[in-house]
Amino acid sequence: MSQPLSSLTPGSRAVVAEILIPPQHRARLLEMGLLVGTPIELIRFAPLGDPVEIKVRGYHLSLRRHEAEQVMVR
Amino acid sequence: MNSSPPAFTAVLTGNPNCGKTALFNALTGLRAKVGNYAGVTVERKEGALLGAAPGHPVTVLDLPGTYSLSPQSLDEQIARDVLFRRVPGVPEPALVIVVADASNLQRNLYYATQVIELGYPTFLALNMVDVARQNGHTVDPAALSRALGVPVFPMVASEGEGVGTLQEAVHRFAAQPGSHRVIPREFNELPEQFGREAQAIEQRLETLFPHRERLAAAEALLLLGDDPVLNSHREIYPEPLVAAVTAARTRLESAGVDWRSAAIEARYARVFAIAQHVTTETLSEGESFSDRLDRLLTHRIWGLVIFVALMALMFQGIFSVAQWPMDALDAGVGWLADRVSTALGPGDLQDLLANGVIKGVGAVIVFLPQICLLFLFIALLEDTGYMARAAFLMDRLMSRVGLHGKSFIPMLSSFACAIPGIMATRTIESPKDRLVTILVAPLMSCSARLPVYTVLIAACIPQTRVLGFLGLPGLTLLGMYLLGIVGALGMAWLFKRTLLRGEPPPLILELPPYKRPVPRVMLRHMWDRAKLFLRRAGTVILGINILLWFLATYPRQPELDTAFDARLLTLVQPSDPAVRTPAEAAARVQAWRAQPDRAALVEAADALNHEQSGERLRGSFAGRLGHAIEPLIRPLGFDWKIGIGLVASFAAREVFVSTMSVVYNVGEVDAGDAAGTASLVEVLQAERRPDGTPVYTLLTGLTLMVFYVFAMQCVSTVAVVRRETNGWKWPLFQLAYMTALAWVLAFLTYQIGRWMAG
Repeated sequence: MSQPLSSLTPGSRAVVAEILIPPQHRARLLEMGLLVGTPIELIRFAPLGDPVEIKVRGYHLSLRRHEAEQVMVR
Repeated sequence: MNSSPPAFTAVLTGNPNCGKTALFNALTGLRAKVGNYAGVTVERKEGALLGAAPGHPVTVLDLPGTYSLSPQSLDEQIARDVLFRRVPGVPEPALVIVVADASNLQRNLYYATQVIELGYPTFLALNMVDVARQNGHTVDPAALSRALGVPVFPMVASEGEGVGTLQEAVHRFAAQPGSHRVIPREFNELPEQFGREAQAIEQRLETLFPHRERLAAAEALLLLGDDPVLNSHREIYPEPLVAAVTAARTRLESAGVDWRSAAIEARYARVFAIAQHVTTETLSEGESFSDRLDRLLTHRIWGLVIFVALMALMFQGIFSVAQWPMDALDAGVGWLADRVSTALGPGDLQDLLANGVIKGVGAVIVFLPQICLLFLFIALLEDTGYMARAAFLMDRLMSRVGLHGKSFIPMLSSFACAIPGIMATRTIESPKDRLVTILVAPLMSCSARLPVYTVLIAACIPQTRVLGFLGLPGLTLLGMYLLGIVGALGMAWLFKRTLLRGEPPPLILELPPYKRPVPRVMLRHMWDRAKLFLRRAGTVILGINILLWFLATYPRQPELDTAFDARLLTLVQPSDPAVRTPAEAAARVQAWRAQPDRAALVEAADALNHEQSGERLRGSFAGRLGHAIEPLIRPLGFDWKIGIGLVASFAAREVFVSTMSVVYNVGEVDAGDAAGTASLVEVLQAERRPDGTPVYTLLTGLTLMVFYVFAMQCVSTVAVVRRETNGWKWPLFQLAYMTALAWVLAFLTYQIGRWMAG
């Protein structure tokens, strides 16, 4: 059962199941190591609710809710 | 064998935040040469490698940090193009040193393996092994070297640990470049069909670019998988090749292979395996210091409180700490102008050098302390890693107008001065977002507007109180600043929806671990940028100042001068009948300055002098220009005298104050001089139109201030924008739109105000 990354609560871990971001915007995210099958941890949301901070492959990465909604995790 | 050996260039490359700059500083000892790549404003940093044997110098070229060879920003594009030998004026790399952060091994190896595949002799600098160990990862350099097929140098570059070993190895290699055999390597287990297509393209590339044969395999892979590269490099890749790549992509798509992600996934699979193989997991020291700090600095409440406090501190510092060096510089400029005046004696050359060149250029150099301080703060925010957090905190607000969090600091900096603000936009990846930020940054009320606001508020705004305790003057000032912010955000919103439309690229922002800044490096950083400001803007400002001086001085008006000379003689001769010529009279007045009993006479002579410069200005080209533009500014309620002020302050806003004092024959006025400002204010308040009504009414003051909020009256900013956007198109557009905006909004202010007044 997959859900959007943005619906995780801070501190929870998951694995990327599917990336629904349009192909032309996907490349850099993939190159940053966010691939299908990659384990991630949601660290926090920014004080104003956006963007979101995750930990992926041992480092901290921030992306907007809009993109996080299109990264499905399980 | 007398010819010196060809220069040996080692190129330093790696991910952002991998400690590459620290390594570069350690290798070259902070004696880097900073410039720009031909035609772009990407910083080009190079330096001589320390410890070179005589006659065997090694140049280290520090490439901008990049995440991959498929560039997303101008910085990244330059890094790739240097490695692909496409940048004119940059020699072929004889050696590539890839820096990889051991504490973030997978993503750093992603890029490192891409670079190794390019086939250059390559060394891997495995940096931050200490941080990795604290996080519970011990990396085995020997195993990594075997896996990658290149020498690996473990180090802690910021502490200088392990740098010497790398330095020696580079010198050894430079002495005998043939000693190192490059074994071609690939770190991809590509899907079979993808591999076949890549090979076919590789063969085409080898025929097309025989001199870059070695790069063909890597380039083929990038061509096939990098979506935008085909379209953005039409001048490099001929049509048949583009067609072949497009056909290959179509074939892959129909076979169910995602050509965009296949190579990336294959490389990460390999990199993951290597990282697993070379890393031993030990007990981590628990939550790192950086993570603990982040819990505070990005806390829902404290994070914002600390952010606001930091920004307030930064501004307070820029305004208060910079004040005394600015005063000192100002005094120094005045002293120099006086000395030059005395040395040259009266005449055009004296006037040009003292008033046009020294005082004009000095008016800009006076801002250097503010600019240095601002750059120092920015360097501190960048070097500690807080800058990424500021973007993280502010992204939500900036996204409302279609910008990234990264645009926040440049806009904030522009309150001090738009020039450092515009230079700070270099960190914004998306060229469109960067351009929008540059275009709106000068709308933020900079420190040069403050003297103008101060004088106009004092002259035109009544000292009434609002709600019992808020002074109307203070509220007006706040209102002008707010108007600038609203204007900047509004225009950004408009530009993002019209001229520079385009889907915003997704925000992908790394939040690197916090680092302890090195003061020496920060100061160096600040100075490098300040130097660029001085050199680049300085040359243009010099030219414009000479032009403005010319406009304000010519044409000569001999009859006017003769009349004033006669009046001066009449004034001086009763006290000293020996005086025969006007020059003698002027010299005598100078000599009397020291004598208190002659004070009244000196004052009268000074007044005469000011009246003369006022008359001269009125008859000068600048004065005629003021008259000429009167029809244009009459709808705003301005007369030709204000017109002269507007024309003169085209070069720099604060010139308005000193110009007005010349126009109205007030004594020499310093923008910061309270007494001088007060007398100018009195004169302004007394000024009447031909019909007897006051010129400087509340409405005129507001209209003029609104004009100054929006108008682009700063030659240095125009020059810097030209530099940063690499052409005249955008600075001219900016000048046009801001002037138009200023006129329209001033017009509306004036007309609505008149209508409301009935």
